[in-house]
Amino acid sequence: MDFELPDDLRALQSSIRDFCEKRVKPAAREWDHTEKFPLEVVKELGAMGVMGIRVGEEYGGAGLGALAVAVAVEEVARYDGSLALTVASHNGLGTSHIRVFGNDAQKKQYLPRLATAEFLGAWGLTEPGSGSDAAGMKTTAVKKGDRWVLNGAKMFITQGTVGDVFVILAVTEAAKKQKGITAFILERGEQGFSQRPIHGKLGMRSSDTAELILENVEVPDSRRLGEVNQGFLNTLQILDGGRITIGALSVGLARGAIEESRRYALERTAFGHPIAEFQALKWMFADMKTELDAARLLVHRAAALADAGKPYTREASMAKLFASEAATRACNKAVQIHGGYGYTREFPVERYLRDAKLCEIGEGTSEVQRSIIAREVMKAS
Amino acid sequence: MKILVTAKRVEDPESKIKVDAAGKGIVKDGLKYKINPFDEIAVEEALRLAAKHPGDVVAVSIGGKEVHEQLRHALAMGATKAVWVNHEGPLDQMGVARLLQKIVEKEKPDLVILGKQSIDDDQNQVGQYLAEWLGWGQATFASKADSLDSENEKNKVPGVIVGDGAKTVDVIREVDGGLNRLRLTLPAVVTTDLRLNQPRYASLPGIMKAKSKPLEEQTAQGLGVDVAPKITVTKLSMPPARKAGIKVPDVATLVTKLKTEAKVV
Repeated sequence: MDFELPDDLRALQSSIRDFCEKRVKPAAREWDHTEKFPLEVVKELGAMGVMGIRVGEEYGGAGLGALAVAVAVEEVARYDGSLALTVASHNGLGTSHIRVFGNDAQKKQYLPRLATAEFLGAWGLTEPGSGSDAAGMKTTAVKKGDRWVLNGAKMFITQGTVGDVFVILAVTEAAKKQKGITAFILERGEQGFSQRPIHGKLGMRSSDTAELILENVEVPDSRRLGEVNQGFLNTLQILDGGRITIGALSVGLARGAIEESRRYALERTAFGHPIAEFQALKWMFADMKTELDAARLLVHRAAALADAGKPYTREASMAKLFASEAATRACNKAVQIHGGYGYTREFPVERYLRDAKLCEIGEGTSEVQRSIIAREVMKAS
Repeated sequence: MKILVTAKRVEDPESKIKVDAAGKGIVKDGLKYKINPFDEIAVEEALRLAAKHPGDVVAVSIGGKEVHEQLRHALAMGATKAVWVNHEGPLDQMGVARLLQKIVEKEKPDLVILGKQSIDDDQNQVGQYLAEWLGWGQATFASKADSLDSENEKNKVPGVIVGDGAKTVDVIREVDGGLNRLRLTLPAVVTTDLRLNQPRYASLPGIMKAKSKPLEEQTAQGLGVDVAPKITVTKLSMPPARKAGIKVPDVATLVTKLKTEAKVV
């Protein structure tokens, strides 16, 4: 077994690191404070190919797999969780749904511009009254001739205001519950389609989140994504992939927490010694680092399974569950290690902690992950 | 226009450097490596020139197989070909310049761009030796009048200007007390200073393409160069640790101390 990343992914890692050191690290605190979505930097990441990692070369992407996305997202998250969430959701959700389930015309129309981040992608599953429980979905799509009319609302949609292309899940046959859901592609500015930005989030504050409102939005049947009533089944696959990226995002935050804490603990002295010499802190570092490595191994295993075309639902949930909870623990310790300073915006660790908490909630809460893992365990013979 | 650039492997400036127990080298465990930042500027300048005056950009690195990483980096940025001089063991600046001279004679570039120095030993000699031995003109410390925040920089306009018919280059050099302009007849050697440009980040498609670009191997022996160092390192030591400063309560005490203790006024 080889635990080394391939050369091209290490090159990707170091290129993103150089970029983030210069473009992200100095600005991330301000973006968080002012809830500013750093559009210019996102476009620069697009020019670097980081927004089209899984899009095929024929559509202007890199044609790489889940592991490459995990590496990229971890690296960005080391500096800024919000920006990493933008990278993760653009690559993993909206773009992936079109990439995996779109027809040739749809792929040709959207993928080249999504791959370079000329268009930003968003994905609408969650609603004000339902999340992972998709059977509770209220948004409807009714066929009218060769067109569909969509009505309803979507909640907490990442890239909701800055997005150009939206994949929206809607109920097409209520009686069939989960098996009566279909996906549609919407564009920004569509008649009857509006966005309401959501401000005041605890963390991930410079990631763009919005509520989407659909009032008699009419789209031609050519915007239907995948087969009628297959939307939710397809969604499950997109969610599995998305969970790997949230796991990777958590790993990046935990790594940031450790690196920042290490520097602080070696410099800060108390009772005549650097605080890193105290056993209480040593144990914290030992636990943080062990959990970080375990989390990364789980994330990379799930990604490797996905890239090998094998089932990875359970592994993706385990990676997301463990990594996100480990990240929150690590960031919490990091604030503790920094003491009073850790509780202020002067050091980035309080931001990491606020960002990490989202990873226990988004793309299925920890409770949903545990349900999935338990279900898979019971299924196994 | 064909341009040859260097891509030396150096210790990452972020790493902590420690002298080894024998006092002859540094502790290599756990060190990270990068392309020499001045060489990265050279690669960037070559790519900007190549965008205006199409031709190959050849990156050269000397060392063991690990220097492939720096060559691939240059290829990922956009260089078209890499030359790896496979060499283990110590080299002095004359050895490096002799090897580069041979590569230049083989590749026949119109222009050679190198970092003004590498950030490990900071010798600042290879470009000068190379130009002398090739019998070519040289412009060291290439810089530009535009700032790194200018529109020209954003649009990746080269700082080194190629004359009509590609017979000459104009170089603005950073020298003590200002800027100095030189016109060189091609072929020529240019070495880069820090403010010449801001290197691009390797893009993911660039990284993927780099895997299939040609990487040619050479050896000192094959090139017929005697690289036995004429310089030997006798001892390396850390600079003395800086003493902590002191705070003085007022200006009067400061002046007294400067007179009686520091004896500078």
